Amino acid sequence: MVLPVAFFAVFFAWPVASIVERGLRPDGHWELGRFAQTLSSPEILDVLWFTLWQALASTALTLLVALPGAYVFARFDFPGKGLLRAVVTVPFVLPTVMVGTAFLALLGRRGLLDELWGVRLDTSVWAILIAHVFFNYAVVVRTVGGLWSQLDPRQEEAARVLGASRWRAWRTVTLPALGPSVAAAALMVFLFTASSFGIVQILGGPAYSTLETEIYRQTADRLQLSTAAVLTLVQFVAVGAILAVHARTVRRRETALKLVPPERTAARPRGAGQWLLLGAVLLSIGLLILAPLGVLVERSLATSTGYGLDHYRALQSVDENGTFLVPMTDTIVNSLQYALAATAIAVVIGGLAAAALTRRAGRLVRGFDALLMLPLGVSAVTVGFGFLITLDEPPLDLRASWILVPLAQALVGVPFVVRTMLPVLRAVDERLREAAAVLGASPWRAWHEVDLPLVRRALLIAAGFAFAVSLGEFGATVFIARPDNPTLPVAVARLLGRPGELNYGQAMALSTILMVVCAVSLLLLERLRNDRTSGEF
Amino acid sequence: MNTKKAAAVAIVAALGVTTLAACGGGDGGKDKATGTPAPKTVTLVSHDSFNASKEVLAEFTRQTGFTVKVLKSGDAGEAVNKEILTKGSPQGDVFFGVDNTLLSRALDNGIFTPYEAKGLNRIPAALQLDKEHRVTPIDSGDICVNYDKQYFAGKKLAPPQSFDDLAKPAYKDLLVVENPERSSPGLGFLLGTAAEYGDGGWQDYWKKLKANGVKTVDSWELAYNQEFSGSAGGKKAKGDRPLVVSYASSPPVEVLYSEPQPKVAPTGVSTGTCFRQTEFAGLLNGAKNPEGGKALIDFLISKKFQDDMPLQMFVNPVTTDATLPELFTKHGVVVDKPETMAPDKIAANRDQWIQQWTLLVLK
Repeated sequence: MVLPVAFFAVFFAWPVASIVERGLRPDGHWELGRFAQTLSSPEILDVLWFTLWQALASTALTLLVALPGAYVFARFDFPGKGLLRAVVTVPFVLPTVMVGTAFLALLGRRGLLDELWGVRLDTSVWAILIAHVFFNYAVVVRTVGGLWSQLDPRQEEAARVLGASRWRAWRTVTLPALGPSVAAAALMVFLFTASSFGIVQILGGPAYSTLETEIYRQTADRLQLSTAAVLTLVQFVAVGAILAVHARTVRRRETALKLVPPERTAARPRGAGQWLLLGAVLLSIGLLILAPLGVLVERSLATSTGYGLDHYRALQSVDENGTFLVPMTDTIVNSLQYALAATAIAVVIGGLAAAALTRRAGRLVRGFDALLMLPLGVSAVTVGFGFLITLDEPPLDLRASWILVPLAQALVGVPFVVRTMLPVLRAVDERLREAAAVLGASPWRAWHEVDLPLVRRALLIAAGFAFAVSLGEFGATVFIARPDNPTLPVAVARLLGRPGELNYGQAMALSTILMVVCAVSLLLLERLRNDRTSGEF
Repeated sequence: MNTKKAAAVAIVAALGVTTLAACGGGDGGKDKATGTPAPKTVTLVSHDSFNASKEVLAEFTRQTGFTVKVLKSGDAGEAVNKEILTKGSPQGDVFFGVDNTLLSRALDNGIFTPYEAKGLNRIPAALQLDKEHRVTPIDSGDICVNYDKQYFAGKKLAPPQSFDDLAKPAYKDLLVVENPERSSPGLGFLLGTAAEYGDGGWQDYWKKLKANGVKTVDSWELAYNQEFSGSAGGKKAKGDRPLVVSYASSPPVEVLYSEPQPKVAPTGVSTGTCFRQTEFAGLLNGAKNPEGGKALIDFLISKKFQDDMPLQMFVNPVTTDATLPELFTKHGVVVDKPETMAPDKIAANRDQWIQQWTLLVLK
C-alpha cells in the first residue's frame, strides 16, 4: 500500500497540485475570485456545455453500436472470433494522431464517403462522435461482453420453461445481471469521451473545444494558468464524481452471480435471426473499425508509382537530411523499451495496489481505488506541466531523464492493471490460504503455491494491456521534454508535421507497424484469456 | 504478512527490469555519474522542429569538448511557455527557437542572461532586436502563401501575388489558413495582414477574406498535408485548396522529399504575402553549464552550423558569410519586401488581435 500511495503522491498529486497552486496563487495569496470570473465567461460555458453533450451523445452512440457486438462476441462462436476480438481492441490503444488522420481520409473531403455519396463529415461534430465510437467500442465489448459470456444461459432457459416469454425472461434474468456492467461501461466511455483531446483537436476543427483542449490551449498556448487551474479543478470534481458512481456500480456487479466458463455459453448461430444479427455486427465492425485501419495500410503502401513497400524500406535508412538522425526503426526499439519499463512500473504499482485493495476494506481503501483511476480522466498537459515545475531538483530532477516517459505512461497503465487484477484477486478463496498456513506453509510459500498460479494469467494480461497502452500513449509523452529519441507515436506526429510525400508515407508506414504490434500483443492476450480472468478490460 | 513479501519480491523484480531497460535506454543518467566539476554536456532546449546534422554536432564537441544534448520541448509557443514556467531552474543551458512573435513575452519574463556572442558583426543589425544581447538571432524565414502551380496553369489563371489579390473573386474558395492561436504560421499571416492594413484596417480585410471563402484549420500539418492540393501529402489526401499559408522554403522541401525529385518545384510562393520571422537563441537564466552554453551560442552562428541549417530546418541563415545550398538557390525564392513588426508591438496586441480574429472568422 505504501509504494502505490507514494508513487501517486509524487508523480500525480504533487505535480497537479503544484500547477494548480501556481495558477490560483500567483503571488502568495489565493485568488479564488478566478472561479467566478472563469466560470461566468460565456466562452468557457460554451466549452463546458459542448464537453458535456458530446460526451453524452458519444456514450449513447457507442452503447447503441457496441451492445449488439458485445452480445455476438459473448454468445456466438464463429471462425476468427479471437482475432476479431483483438482487432476491435486495437483502436483503444492507438494514438489519436493516427486515428485522426485515418478518419480524415475516410470522412473528409473526397474521402471514401465523399466519393461515394458526396458526404463530408470533417470539422463536424459527427466526425467526433463516430471516432469516439471507434475508440470505445472495445470498452463495451470487453466489459459487458466479458460478463455476458459467463452468465449461465440456463437461468434464462429455466425462466422460459417456467412460462416466461422470451422478452420477460431476458428482462428479469439477464438484464439485472448485466445492468451494472452496462452502467460501468457507459461511465468509462463517458469518462474517456469527456476528456477527449486529440480527436477533437484534429477532427473537430478550431470551432470545437472540450474541457481538455481548452486546458491545453490556456496552458500551452496562452500561459493563462489561472483559467487552466480553474478548469482543471472542474475536471477533477467531474471525474471524481464519475469514478465514485463507477465504483458503486462495479461493487454492485460483484454481488454473487453464477458464472460459467465462456466456452459453455457460446454456440454457433442458429436460425435466420441470429445469422442476421451476426452479419449486422460484422458489417458495423467492418465499416467502423476495419475501414479506417485499412485506409492507413492502403496509404502506407501507395507510392507515386503504384503500390509498393518503398515507405517501409525508407524507414530503415538513416535519413541523410537529418530529420531524425537515426533510422526510423530505432524509434520502434525506443518505444518498445519505454513501454517495457512503463509496464514493469505499472505492474508493480498496480499489482501492489490491487493486492492491498483485496485485503482491506473500508471507505478509505475504496477511495484509493477511485483515486488510482483519476489519471485516466485528468488532463495530460496538467500532469506534464506539473512535472516540469515539481521534479526539478536533485535527486528528483527527472525532467531531462528518459525515465520520465515510462513514469508518465505508467500513470495511465496502472488503472488498467488494477482493474484487471482486482476481480481475480478477490475471487481467490481465503480458505485456500488458511489451509496452506494450517498445513505449515510460510506466508511466502502460501502466496507462491496458492495465489501465484491463480493470478499469473491475470498478471500477464494486465501486463500486456499496460504494454499496449504505453506503446500507443501520446498525450503525456508528447508534453515531456526528452533527449532526442522519440517514441513511435511522437515520430508519427513529427513526420506528419513535415512536407513531402516520403514523410507522409513513412508516417503511414510507422502507423501501420504500430497498429500491427498492438494487434499482435492483444492477440497473444486473447490466447491467455480464460474463465478465471474476467477483469474489466 | 504475505502481502509484504509479495511487495518485496515485486520491488526487486521491478528494479531488475528497470535496470535492464536502463541499459538499453540510452545515456539517461550518464552525465550525473561523471561527477560535479565542469559538466561535459551542454543541454540545448528547443522546439520539436530543431535539427542539426550529426557531424556538425560532433564538430562542436571537437572544438570545445562539450557534448550537446538536445531536449525537444513541444511546438514553439509551448516550448517558450515551459521555459517561463521553469524560470530560474531551467531544463537546460541554452534555449533556441523563440521568434519575434514571442520574443517580448520571453524577455519580459526574464528567462535569459545577457551574452554577447562571438561573431555578432556578421549578422545584420536589423535582425539584432535585443540591444542587451539577451538573445542572439540564429535564422530567419518568411511565412507566405504557397500556390499549386498545376492548378493555376490548368485554369489559365495567374497565381495571386499580394494580400489584395487573395480577396478578389477570381480566388474565391481557394485559400486555407491556420488558426493563429494554435499555429505559428497562422499567427504570422495574421500579423502580416495587420502590418499591411494597419491596426484599424485588418479586420475589414479579413471580413473580405471570409466572404471570399477562406477556410481555417487548426494546424499547419492539416492545412498543408490535407487541404492543400499542391503538396505530396495533400495530393494523396485529395486536398482541393490550391492556396495555403506556409513558408517561402516549402517549395524546395517539397522537391527534396519527393522520389524521384522533380526538375521544378510543384508549388510556388506569392511573394507579396510574406511575413518575416526571425528565431533567436539565448543563455538560460540559472544554467548549470553557462560556459558550455556560451560556447554553444557562438557555435550556432558559426559558418559550420549556419551552412548546415537550411537543409535541416528549412530556414535561412542570418550570417552574411553563409552559403545557401543549391536546392534553395534553384527552387527557392527571394522575398524582397516581407512584412515585419516590432516584438513589443506584437506583445502589446497579440492576444487582443487573436481574440478579435476568432470572433470575426470562426464564430
